[in-house]
Amino acid sequence: MAERPRARIGADIGGTFTDIVLEVGERRHSTKLLTTYDAPERALLDGVALLLAEAAIAPADVELIVHGTTLATNALIERRGAITGFLTTEGFRDVLALGSESRFDQYDLAMEKPAPLVPRALRLGVAGRIAADGIELVPLDEAGVRSAAGVFKTSGVESVAVGFLHAYANPAHERRAADILAEELPGVSLSLSSEVSPEMREYERFSTTTANAYVQPLVDAYLRRLESRLATLGFGCPLYLMLSSGGLTTVDIAARFPVRLVESGPAGGAIFAASIAAERGAARVLALDVGGTTAKICLIDDGTPKSSQMFEVGRAHRFRKGSGLPLRIPVVEMVEIGAGGGSIAAVDAAGRLTVGPHSAGSEPGPAAYGRGGTRPTVTDADIVIGRIDPNAFAGGKLTLDPAAAAAALAGLGLWNGDADVLALGVSEIVDETMASAARVHAVEQGATVEDRTLIAFGGAAPLHAARVAEKLGIGEVVIPSGAGVGSAVGFLRAPVSYEVARSFALRLDQIDIVQLDRFLLDMASEATALVDAGAPGIDRIERRVCLGRYVGQGYEIPFEVPARRLVAGDEALLKSAFEKAYAAQYGGQTLDLAIEALTWRVTVATRGHETVRAPAMVPGAWREPAGQRAVSDPASGTRQAFGLFLRTDLVPGDRLRGPALIVERETTTVVSSVFDAAIDARGYIVLTRKEA
Amino acid sequence: MTAAFTELRQQVIWTRLISVVEEQAQTLMRTAFSTTVRDAGDLSAALFDLDGRLIAEAVTGTPGHVNSMASGVRHFLDKFPVATMVPGDHFITNDPWLTAGHLHDVTVISPAFHGGTVVGLFGVCCHQVDIGGLGQGPDGRSIFEEGLQIPLLKLASAGKLNEDLLAILCQNVRTPLQVKGDVLSYVTSNEKAAQRLSAMLAEFGLDDLRDVAEYIVEQSLSATRAQIASLPQGQWSSQLVIDGYDKPVTLVATLTIDGERVSMDYTGTDPCLPRGINVVLNYCRAYTVFGLRCIISPEVPNNYGALLPFEVTAPEGSILNVQRPWPVAARHVIGQMLPDLVFGCLSQAIPDPVPAEGSSCLWSVQLRGSMPAGNALAGESFDAIFFNSGGSGARPVQDGLSATAFPSGVRAMPVEVTESTAPIVIWRKELLPDSGGIGERRGGLGQTVEVGMRDGSAFEVLAMFERVERPARGRDGGGDGSNGSVRLASGKPLRAKGLQAIPVGDRLVLDVPGGAGLGNPRARAPQRIEEDISEGYVTRERAVADYGWKSSSA
Repeated sequence: MAERPRARIGADIGGTFTDIVLEVGERRHSTKLLTTYDAPERALLDGVALLLAEAAIAPADVELIVHGTTLATNALIERRGAITGFLTTEGFRDVLALGSESRFDQYDLAMEKPAPLVPRALRLGVAGRIAADGIELVPLDEAGVRSAAGVFKTSGVESVAVGFLHAYANPAHERRAADILAEELPGVSLSLSSEVSPEMREYERFSTTTANAYVQPLVDAYLRRLESRLATLGFGCPLYLMLSSGGLTTVDIAARFPVRLVESGPAGGAIFAASIAAERGAARVLALDVGGTTAKICLIDDGTPKSSQMFEVGRAHRFRKGSGLPLRIPVVEMVEIGAGGGSIAAVDAAGRLTVGPHSAGSEPGPAAYGRGGTRPTVTDADIVIGRIDPNAFAGGKLTLDPAAAAAALAGLGLWNGDADVLALGVSEIVDETMASAARVHAVEQGATVEDRTLIAFGGAAPLHAARVAEKLGIGEVVIPSGAGVGSAVGFLRAPVSYEVARSFALRLDQIDIVQLDRFLLDMASEATALVDAGAPGIDRIERRVCLGRYVGQGYEIPFEVPARRLVAGDEALLKSAFEKAYAAQYGGQTLDLAIEALTWRVTVATRGHETVRAPAMVPGAWREPAGQRAVSDPASGTRQAFGLFLRTDLVPGDRLRGPALIVERETTTVVSSVFDAAIDARGYIVLTRKEA
Repeated sequence: MTAAFTELRQQVIWTRLISVVEEQAQTLMRTAFSTTVRDAGDLSAALFDLDGRLIAEAVTGTPGHVNSMASGVRHFLDKFPVATMVPGDHFITNDPWLTAGHLHDVTVISPAFHGGTVVGLFGVCCHQVDIGGLGQGPDGRSIFEEGLQIPLLKLASAGKLNEDLLAILCQNVRTPLQVKGDVLSYVTSNEKAAQRLSAMLAEFGLDDLRDVAEYIVEQSLSATRAQIASLPQGQWSSQLVIDGYDKPVTLVATLTIDGERVSMDYTGTDPCLPRGINVVLNYCRAYTVFGLRCIISPEVPNNYGALLPFEVTAPEGSILNVQRPWPVAARHVIGQMLPDLVFGCLSQAIPDPVPAEGSSCLWSVQLRGSMPAGNALAGESFDAIFFNSGGSGARPVQDGLSATAFPSGVRAMPVEVTESTAPIVIWRKELLPDSGGIGERRGGLGQTVEVGMRDGSAFEVLAMFERVERPARGRDGGGDGSNGSVRLASGKPLRAKGLQAIPVGDRLVLDVPGGAGLGNPRARAPQRIEEDISEGYVTRERAVADYGWKSSSA
């Protein structure tokens, strides 16, 4: 038995595909199945069975299953959740409808705000009031809670969210209301804002709490089914769920806080990129995941993806900020834009070529697929430019029609219908859009992009990564292998972790250090207990972060707080930690102003899967191309001879000169003329800028 | 390079320039201190060419600033010619007549260098909460009472800050460190943008922006002209009577669409008042053109070419073209009503895309009181401000938006944040049933706001509210939106403008107005009526009386 290698399973259920990865020691098996919407566990279990058979392994040999799912996300976007009630402070039933009372688009008179998950008739106010400092101003009207329960009962409510003003400062009213609701409505799930998202700002907190309540019955039922099916099949190992933050948690916690699962797939992708960064020793990384419909961009520093407390699900309107439902949860910080291989090109009222956010998807797909699509897409442009071989697409499974692609582009009507230039235009605009999103995202994070390594994955990324890197001034691009199931691989690199965030406003020059120490200790023990439940006895790391700002500013920046008991004298340490973080973000001088801390986060995590640093690459021979193809170059507008290489022909150490195309089954890597490429020890393609 | 490829490159650069100014705006929001900039987004950031023409502007921003700064930059260039500029120069003003219409809006312009020469100018215009003087209310009798006036000055010369100016600024405001911090953040964001622009020119192998600027202006101009040419030609007038300060103010607009031009003239509008609700022509133009562009050319990016075909005039000395030294601090009260006048004219020319009137003027609640006993600052006075929006007008195929700002682009601050910064309690912020004007398309709902001191002590409100006497008017058979109301919780009505006391134990109650309706209410789809009843937007009684609804279960 001792000789058996460690077997671990990663399972990512996405909107279209269910990806399963089985790692047995160093070996990796993977498969992709269509997601089975009616019972998502079916595709998962089918895929697992397939891979176990392939690897000749029994369920009992599996030591860990990590699972991520878009079940909660889809339920929120498609509004397929439970009938949900919302109990709130009298006078504030409309917080969910009011939001920020603003329009997310200045000029669009036809815009609509996202509709609340709970209809107004099921949003009920009850008397009782807590002040900003947690002191009770008006006692809770318990009879009012009971009568609200009556309304919920007659309306067939399956799940109730409770959100009172300032409950982050004092949860007593919410807890008492929950006790009463539990008595009156046995079997109905309850979500309290003081537990789901105990942070100041009522719209975001209530939105998060109602979203949690809305998906809870669905996710709970699914996870229990999956758990019991796995047990029946003989899996004795733990089942962990991937969180939006990039950490793992147990089924029980996931079932209590399902809203924390919404970004599990993209978080897995970010962890995947982070593990590649760690293998290559890249400290500063920009991860770019380009699929058919969207591109996701994430910054990774020192092996850790940037994190955030804010996410919007279901941005309806051109991915505009404010057009989705805000969720205040720990989440890998990333920006998602409507730019991918299927993105449709059009001409706007100002005569400008635009690309996306609308996508042709896989049906009807790009014009070149010949499935009825007539509008030009990024893929059509890539074909006309010469980057994609029409006869060797998707391993030859699908023959493309370059004439249809060219005709669709010419139909845009700009520039004398010159399909070659239009194709370059589409490519340039989509690359510019991605580069711009990365740059603005970096500013929002107080970070820079030009000194980063670009790690690009997803079907369309290798075609565009080099040019995006040129636009961002980036000097190194890594195209990993196994990227097709990147998220599921990432799941297996994630630590078991839990993050607790609470608001506790104080000025750094007026700290009661004993009180703060107790506050943080309390958070740490809550997080530790939740990690213990999933990973008892494993070595763990605690991290404390404070979100603070100069008094008067509107945005907080995170700074590190020592993960230990605080003692007198630490006040100065906190101040200097803030000033250092501020200077790093904004470059400017520190200001002679008071600093206030608003929110505190404590994360407890097991030490992650140890990354084995890849051996340094020994530069090998310069390979000569197997052939050549004329490819249009966006920098000059002319056709150039690109060298052709098959990825399967290349071995670690091989080097080749740009401009070149490296062709594989699922995609093609463009090595533009400013880059050379090499294959590293793990078989990844690494583009490096030519010496000037 | 082929002509087609050249044009491709110019479009790519255009896209990049918009990204550069968006980065400039984001940097500003991240580093600013004023709540108005960082939380509410009350700012603009833009790039100008050497003739002072607006070339690219950040998507983030608010209409009042946008077009105001567009006309302000040439004043800087008149006083400080491009040829005299050196790297590290920055220029500043808050002159209401040159830029955005009141002293609270500070504009900083900075040259961007590439290869040793000036290639463009970056500008930011932001709302400062504090600029000294009386504060942002209508009570000043002249500009001199409204705060510190900064003429066109150098803020920095060759990288050296104008410390004399900063000392005067700091001495004249209540929160000097924040104000100084803000002004420095404007410099930072302009400098970052200038670096980005230089790197971009290097990447594309360009020496300057001349050709690209020309392309952007030409392309936007011809696109806008094409939109205008598709409109019916002619002249239309509309009139709007608003509450004013202590007596009604009449605004009269005449719109002329003539070939490739759209002109708006405000002849017939009332003269200016000795109260700070007067509007300078720049600001009048800003909100007028915003209203026009929302309907006529919303997709064309904002720049010199996109604005050129629009002309706005108002008689000198009228309330829409006030002259020095009349007061202007609360000019948004009237400025934000201008799109309704625009819609009044346009709805006669092209009814299809034009919404009905909305509550329009933001209800910004400014309170003043004393810190309660027990607080470290007990007895000292405090100011608190929070924004509330009423309903927007019904739209051609949709209902109006409830409790949503239009035309202002600002966001409301959370109740929990407001209560944690001032000793007040907001007891209610709830949609107001039946407040949306009836119609086939219903107006957006207003809201009720109730606020008091946490300890029940007395306090004051600096009221500057509109549409209390005169509601948003319905169109084509649609009904008016509900009137606003300002009163004590105990019942006594208060005035809509000016400083007033709320006595011990009482609370201030505001009904923020509803938007107007569009079309015959009897034509409203029964399903929509039933949704409104089930959501509680319309009461059963009103549904029966106004919409002729017959309960199927009755």
